[in-house]
Amino acid sequence: MSDAGPIRGPVIEVEIPGTPAVAPQPISGRTRPRQAPWWLWAAALVILAPVTVAIGALLLRAAGASDSAWETLASFRTLRLLVRTLTFTGLVTASASIVGVTGAWIVTRTDVRFRRVWGVAFAMPLVIPSYVIAMALISATGPRGLVADLTGVGLPHLVGFPGAWLALTISTYPYVYLITASALAKADPALEEAARGLGAPPRRVFHTVVLPQLRPAIGAGALLSALYTLSDFGAVSLMRFDAFTRVIYAQYSGRLDRTPAIVLSIVLILSAIIIIVFEQRTRGRGAYFTGKPSRPPTTYRLRGRRRFAATAFLAVVVAIGVVVPVGVLIGWLVRGLATGATVSVPLTAIVGSLTGATLAAILAVIAAIPIVVLAVRHQSRATTWLERVVYVLFSLPHITVAIAVVAFTVRYARPVYQSLLVLVVVYASMFLAQATGPAKAALLQVDPRLDEASRSLGAGQASTLLRIGIPLMSRGLLAGALLVFVTTLKELPATLLLRPSGFTTLAVRIWSASGELLYTQAAASALLLIAVSVIPVYYLSIKPKDVLEP
Amino acid sequence: MTEAVISARDVSVSFEATPALRSFDLDVPVGKLVALLGPSGCGKTTALRAIAGFQGIDAGTIRIRDRVVTDGSTFVPPEQRRVGMVFQEFALFPHITVAENVGYGVRGADRVQRVGGVLRLVGLEGYGDRFPHELSGGEQQRVALARALAPEPDVVLLDEPFSNLDAPKREQMRRELRRIIHGAGVSAVFVTHDQAEALAIADVVAVMRDGAVVQMGTPDEVYREPVSPWVGRFLGDALLLDGVVEDGAIRTAIGSVHAPLADGTAAQVMVRPEWVLPTRTDDGPGRVTDREFYGHDQRVEIRMRSGTTIEALVPGRVRIQIGDRVAVEITDAIVFTGVTSAA
Repeated sequence: MSDAGPIRGPVIEVEIPGTPAVAPQPISGRTRPRQAPWWLWAAALVILAPVTVAIGALLLRAAGASDSAWETLASFRTLRLLVRTLTFTGLVTASASIVGVTGAWIVTRTDVRFRRVWGVAFAMPLVIPSYVIAMALISATGPRGLVADLTGVGLPHLVGFPGAWLALTISTYPYVYLITASALAKADPALEEAARGLGAPPRRVFHTVVLPQLRPAIGAGALLSALYTLSDFGAVSLMRFDAFTRVIYAQYSGRLDRTPAIVLSIVLILSAIIIIVFEQRTRGRGAYFTGKPSRPPTTYRLRGRRRFAATAFLAVVVAIGVVVPVGVLIGWLVRGLATGATVSVPLTAIVGSLTGATLAAILAVIAAIPIVVLAVRHQSRATTWLERVVYVLFSLPHITVAIAVVAFTVRYARPVYQSLLVLVVVYASMFLAQATGPAKAALLQVDPRLDEASRSLGAGQASTLLRIGIPLMSRGLLAGALLVFVTTLKELPATLLLRPSGFTTLAVRIWSASGELLYTQAAASALLLIAVSVIPVYYLSIKPKDVLEP
Repeated sequence: MTEAVISARDVSVSFEATPALRSFDLDVPVGKLVALLGPSGCGKTTALRAIAGFQGIDAGTIRIRDRVVTDGSTFVPPEQRRVGMVFQEFALFPHITVAENVGYGVRGADRVQRVGGVLRLVGLEGYGDRFPHELSGGEQQRVALARALAPEPDVVLLDEPFSNLDAPKREQMRRELRRIIHGAGVSAVFVTHDQAEALAIADVVAVMRDGAVVQMGTPDEVYREPVSPWVGRFLGDALLLDGVVEDGAIRTAIGSVHAPLADGTAAQVMVRPEWVLPTRTDDGPGRVTDREFYGHDQRVEIRMRSGTTIEALVPGRVRIQIGDRVAVEITDAIVFTGVTSAA
């Protein structure tokens, strides 16, 4: 044998102990590179904080309210009001969920004809304010309603509880529909096929596989539906149904002592929080969507009576939710003009609506950027709370927020009382969740390595956000801005209480005109409002992923 | 050793309770291309991120050009470290052009010239107006490299730079990387789990295991003189044989290896396939049981009369067939003492 290899001395490999001698350190080590800069927090709080503090102050003030106020709260009348409102909310949520889920399933999973057209039409009631739907239903029904005029068959007058129920079901089912349709489109068909392969008939597959899989989406949609119903003011007022919001408004505007209104507001806030908690508790702990589906979902073929039933369902809902309201508005306008009513172009209201909605959208996006960056890139317990605050603000009844802000500005910020600044800050705070949602979805898709690449090339955190983060989030930010814009256009109670003198919006004009039975004028304003919303909603409907991707 | 551009001393990092780096030491000599080589999960990417400033540390000190960038009281943010980073997925900014990507970190009047110069260096002249998604994987890699080089950093760090390229591109890019890094006169560290990659292009290889560097040396040194059987086997195929020293030689199952050690010492002999030289002999102690022919060379499996199976890597021109009886000569070997085969 030839040369041996290199000889090494005795090699002793030191055994590394299994447990480190020192207690383990937190994730990023003793020196932390990922600290959120202070200015991100400052930017996140500058718009959010005032409204949050005002609501906090309202709660504190109520705690020290007079005995008479607490008597109001404890009275049998209040209890009855609470039970009535919650029952009403529960019924609306149930019917909105059924309509929304059924529509979503037909549109995404069957071969019903004109699926795409139905898909857009079914979402359209989202654009129409609930009080416009209510007005239209009131006008269309009854012995001398529009339906009676056209067909000769008089429907019973739709007011009170049934009217409010129908109006709010139509107004809120699109939330359930949109979120469920998005989830259905993303669900993995392999699960359904597996169930079919195990011998389950389609009906059982729907109940045992599809429905449980959709549970989070339906829950999210139902939550929005319930909170909207709880906070709705316009539809219940027009239908003369005494829900919480209507009573609060009456208490607030009719009396010098506003404490009862504040106390009732707190009941409303608590109801909203109870609903949020209820939804979270019942969400369950199963894991749902597992990665990307391998194929587009299965389509069920409809034949004969089923095909007819599916089409009829879609047609009736779209008729009540879109055709009747728009038809009634046009009818009023035509009839009014024919009988010599004059319609002035509500220029101040158009300018007011566009100014308010545009400023609210801009402010909401400016506030959403730091909040989303904190939540995604610097996640901590504090950012979790920040996101919760945003969500709670979205869920609060507008009338309550408005009362809190009025009370707060009168006491501590008199110079800005009833100023446009306060109004748009309130809009932006209430609708912030609609801007942070799409923005968060967009930022989650931005590879954090891009931030790191920018940092290693010498750009600081602020510069990186401006040059990389914001440009790459821009589509989500635009979607969020449009959602806030459309929602602000429809907003009524906060505008009524907070608007500066001389400031008016299309929504306010519709409400006041209908109150004074100036239907021609109301119709013109409502049609203008829908027309203004059409472009943003069209953009959102062709880019559903920017909005709905969680 | 020459001046070090990066010097890490006794660095420890833990994720929750799991240590990622334990007493990690590394010196990167100026102007050299250093490979940080180790199996997946050994902490090599964590080490790179700690140097770049994306990862905090629990203990230790990291210096870049004699400036402390991380220790118990200091943390220099990534943007002030003058470190160029090339990411595994390239991380090109998708919304701006190639030229804007490359010029991102460059300030001053000669920005345009600098961008042009670096693009020329990486062979992408005239690509400035394209967008990242319009480029192939290899081209994206070059842009990422050009972007890291453009601000003239003290050192460039590359995280698994070739893992996103297909095999033929990878070999070409390896050579290119070496040429570009040396052409730019910059020091660089690249992380890899591929020993062939590390041996082929690095000036210095740092072998990592369980969060620490276990051996550092030229590719030849770490391949021919591994400090432990683990390093030896990680860097290439090797057969490990137990033996006992007798008359200045270690007797193993396939033959004796000369070793100036005291009689009776237990030792291990590590033999690489290319150090095994089979010759056809009718009464040889081994028999060829398998053979893979690659053309330029061939891998031959030999079963010894003692029952041990060894592999030999011999030139393709050597005529040898399955069933041939062979004698085996060991041309080179590494001897370890005082280790168990588990090490």
